[in-house]
Amino acid sequence: MRAGLELWVRTVIGRAYPRIVGANRERSWLFFDTFLPLLGTAAYVFVYRAVGAPEEYIGFVIVGGAMTAFWMNVLWSMSSQLYWEKESGNLGLYIAAPAPMMAILLGMAVGGLFSTTLRATAILAIGSLIFDVHYALGDFGLLLLTFALTMAALYGMGMLFASLYLLWGREAWHISNLLTEPVYLLSGFYFPVRHLGFWVAVVASFIPLTLGLDAMRQLLFPTNPTLGFLSVPVEVGALTGLSILFIVAAWYALGYLERLAKREGRLTERRG
Amino acid sequence: MEGRGDAETRRVMEEPLAIRTENLTRIYRIREGKGRQKKRGELVALDRVNLQVRQGELFGLLGPNGAGKTTLIKILTTLLSPTSGRAWVDGLDVERDVDEIRRRINMVSGGETSGYGLLTVQENLWMFAQFYGMDRRTTRQRMDELLEMVGLADRRHTKISDLSTGLRQKMNVVRGFLTDPRIIFLDEPTLGLDVGAARQVRSFIANWLRERPERTVLLTTHYMVEADELCDRVAIIDHGQVLACDTPSHLKRSLSREAIYHIRVSPFPQELAPSFHLIEGVRQFTPRFHDGHVHLDFILEEDDVLTPVVDRISRTGARILSLEKREPTLEDVFMSLVGRGLTEEHPGE
Repeated sequence: MRAGLELWVRTVIGRAYPRIVGANRERSWLFFDTFLPLLGTAAYVFVYRAVGAPEEYIGFVIVGGAMTAFWMNVLWSMSSQLYWEKESGNLGLYIAAPAPMMAILLGMAVGGLFSTTLRATAILAIGSLIFDVHYALGDFGLLLLTFALTMAALYGMGMLFASLYLLWGREAWHISNLLTEPVYLLSGFYFPVRHLGFWVAVVASFIPLTLGLDAMRQLLFPTNPTLGFLSVPVEVGALTGLSILFIVAAWYALGYLERLAKREGRLTERRG
Repeated sequence: MEGRGDAETRRVMEEPLAIRTENLTRIYRIREGKGRQKKRGELVALDRVNLQVRQGELFGLLGPNGAGKTTLIKILTTLLSPTSGRAWVDGLDVERDVDEIRRRINMVSGGETSGYGLLTVQENLWMFAQFYGMDRRTTRQRMDELLEMVGLADRRHTKISDLSTGLRQKMNVVRGFLTDPRIIFLDEPTLGLDVGAARQVRSFIANWLRERPERTVLLTTHYMVEADELCDRVAIIDHGQVLACDTPSHLKRSLSREAIYHIRVSPFPQELAPSFHLIEGVRQFTPRFHDGHVHLDFILEEDDVLTPVVDRISRTGARILSLEKREPTLEDVFMSLVGRGLTEEHPGE
């Protein structure tokens, strides 16, 4: 039992390590992952200012811009990662090692979360400074809990996708591409999700960022609660459910798809 | 009276087995053709393979590309399920005892590009050691020893993206041996290495095995010298079938009655090559093009057959540059069993 737990922890640390040191060794991210997303975000800020939208919208956009980094990380460095690991020859070594694949995925998630938090913080800080965003944070603990649950659900979804990508080859790249823009729209990165209409917002809530972003915006800008979709406690409850759902689903999917991929010979086969 | 082969077989049966396969078969479903004419087909990668590798043995699988060597390794390392048949590694079933097998094995492939380019050699090795639950002290100690042994100690702080192919392969070798596996699978471990580096890796493997007799190595290669120099026993495999399995010396001895000749000629009209098979007494014939000359390898039933062979060469207008009678090599054994040289690709591949 103790040996099993130790192996789990060591695996998580081992796989998180390249992502954590990578953030430090490849400093190009400061430009590509901070400056460029800020440009896109700035466009929305200017549009809202031009049409005279409530000032909270500027803060909404900056928070949304920062959270975009997590979506990109989950999509490109988490979901499709096993495909790239297969291409580089790492996947076979991961699977043939005694380390549980779930621990490998968790290590990827922890490492990705660490490096992306740096990026998101940079976007948030610089954006807030440039566009003079004022936050009115009342309950820091609840904000932290909401963020943690959003990340658990989001990276849980990433782990679920990663296991699905075990079976796919280059299609993984296309699927990631296909998912990028619709999620920008559905999760309300740049506008309050309630504007999508109730039922569309309900469907969009299966993307963990939707409710996470909405709840965090309500907590950071409590002066205009009418802009929120559901109440914060309901959204926190839903995020808890999504976290459990995605992590458990990822666990089962990983086991099932690994067996299937073994049977079909796709674990190490490179299909270009 | 008991023959040598019988005694050998009995010895194999009596000693503890590291690897055993029983009618192991793997069939891949493939798609053939292009566009609308694409249709489903089957490719038999392994065809009822029966093998026994005893503990402490350095066992070689010798065969050309596509023979089924890597498929066999994938099954034994729990990366691929067999279509039918069974296999055991260290007495454990590859389908049922997956977790326990993974604790006892490791593998290294030639041309491997594993690891992360932005990490150093030491960091990459440490990362893989974590996946085996190795503690910091043991990892450090083994890493120091192994890096020293393969001559990579001075590169431990180099990012692997800055390593040459040869140095990177040495790091892969260290990665495989770092966990001190009971059984290690080496799939063409010296592929792409220069002569010196390949020799260093081979010598390392032999020493590693000598240190502790309970360790076992399964090595796949298409380099004859490697198989001949390293392996206790060799299985010759082609088209998914094991054609022969014995010690290199026994395998070569099986050809001792034949006369083996190597003839270098220039020029040589290729279209005449098939006619050599028609000469009575020619068991096998393989032409190869190398160094601007044509090298003809013959396995003849007896020395007398050489006369019509030389006569036929002369009639093609080719000039004989050298003629040499050789002792049988594993390549000759392969050629005699398969009907072509090991380095020749399958038609259509």
